[in-house]
Amino acid sequence: MSTATDLTVVDVEHVDKRFTLRHSHSLKEWAMWTVRGRKGELAETFLALDDVSMQIRRGESVGLLGFNGSGKSTMLKLLSGVMLPDSGTIGIRGRIAGLIEVGAGFHPDLTGRENVYLNGSILGMSEKEIDAKFDQIVAFSEIEKFIDTEVKFYSSGMFLRLAFAVAAHSEPDIFLIDEILAVGDEPFQRKCIERVQELRAQGQTLVVVTHDLDMVQRVCQRGVVLNKGHKEFDGDIVGAVAHLRGER
Amino acid sequence: MLPSSELADEPLKQPGRSAGLLEIPRWRFLLSLLVRKELRVRYRGSALGLLWSYVKPAVQIIVFYLALGKFLRLEDSIHNYVIYMFSGIVMVNFFNEIFGNTTKSIVWNADLVKKIYLPRELFPVASVWVAFIHFVPQLLVLIVGALFLGWRPGPLNLLAGLGAITIIGLLALGLGLIFGSLNVLFRDAENFVDLIVMVATWMSPVLYTWQKVHDVVPGWLWTVYQLNPLTAAVELAHYAFWVPTRGVVPDGANAATLMPPHWIWWGATGLAIAMVVVVIGQLVFRSFESRFAQEL
Repeated sequence: MSTATDLTVVDVEHVDKRFTLRHSHSLKEWAMWTVRGRKGELAETFLALDDVSMQIRRGESVGLLGFNGSGKSTMLKLLSGVMLPDSGTIGIRGRIAGLIEVGAGFHPDLTGRENVYLNGSILGMSEKEIDAKFDQIVAFSEIEKFIDTEVKFYSSGMFLRLAFAVAAHSEPDIFLIDEILAVGDEPFQRKCIERVQELRAQGQTLVVVTHDLDMVQRVCQRGVVLNKGHKEFDGDIVGAVAHLRGER
Repeated sequence: MLPSSELADEPLKQPGRSAGLLEIPRWRFLLSLLVRKELRVRYRGSALGLLWSYVKPAVQIIVFYLALGKFLRLEDSIHNYVIYMFSGIVMVNFFNEIFGNTTKSIVWNADLVKKIYLPRELFPVASVWVAFIHFVPQLLVLIVGALFLGWRPGPLNLLAGLGAITIIGLLALGLGLIFGSLNVLFRDAENFVDLIVMVATWMSPVLYTWQKVHDVVPGWLWTVYQLNPLTAAVELAHYAFWVPTRGVVPDGANAATLMPPHWIWWGATGLAIAMVVVVIGQLVFRSFESRFAQEL
């Protein structure tokens, strides 16, 4: 079954992203380094993404694969707009959102209910949409009893359930998922994957970053392999996984 | 999720770019949630909660009134000194809270800034609202106090009060945008802001009258003093809350004699400067915004 259409929703053209390895946030240190002429050491850089191009069409489900440090998460951050590329262009059609990291946008001092609203609107939902989907979200997370408890008293599993439930119901045009399906217990994981497959069947465009190669083959149709910032492979998911495992 | 037909009409847009402050109205629901969150976090585990925004200025007033009004006898030369002082302090407190919080707002919300894209101006603007919520009780106390001393404002007085609040809000937001983005790169910005906040009360006619400055400084320094939008806002606040109280304007005299020369024009200049500061703040914020996520 293919739900992909010809409409390009993600257009990445020759994108570079360079990071500066400088982690001093003190004016004094910066001045000292400058005076001693060792500023060069502060400005050491590395290229996280090197001339990467790709297009994603509406309805495609793409797995971004690669080992640690390959640039997958950087690519997601560029797609979501958290960071900007140093050169090249990125174009996005429609609303892009998703789970970049579990619990980003959750606040421990707010209740589950308040966090659903806060996180939902951070993901771009309107108040009406959240009202309409609130019961569905809570039912999916299976934490009805604790919805008016402050999130700081949640177990990590409950936290994850609620976070995923909100994101999975936010229905952006392009849904980003970074490594979150790896956490949680088995039944909930299965439920998440089913939900993702359901979204895909509805024509949702998906971009998934994961190390779980078996899972990604169940969720995605297309695979893009990154290695040290270069795009190495772009094709069907089975081929991508084989490439990564060094079978081809 | 938009249907295919509608999505096809959407242009390809570069992610991570927004219209800045102009886009905030579209996000007002999230803004209200962020404001609520910040208030909740501020008063977590606190029994008095928002009552603290009454207690703190009340103590401040009592201390200043005793030290300056009674011991230094400023009360003898400035009629209704309590209202004179309080109307200035309320404005400076408002300025200090906005400026301090907006400067820290990006670093405080590092988790969100690093992981999800939102117009980042939301965080400083939320800080302005939080400061405003703390400002309103102080303003109420001021008005009640003024009413006890026979406060009878005319339309021009109320307009001056509104002008003072607007100048402070804009000026502090603009400066907060500048220092908030610098703070991401160098945490020294916070200390610098603490310094400005400390000086602010004394570099505008909050505790003393403008004549004291006018009499001792050379002409050019007097101009500099008046160019400070805080000075303009504090004088407007005096006109709004202190001038129309009983006995401040002597019988048969004109209220304008209590105000610095050309005060209306200085008020307008203060407002114009505050607006320029917001524009500069927005430009600085934009040029640093792309580095927030990787520097935090």
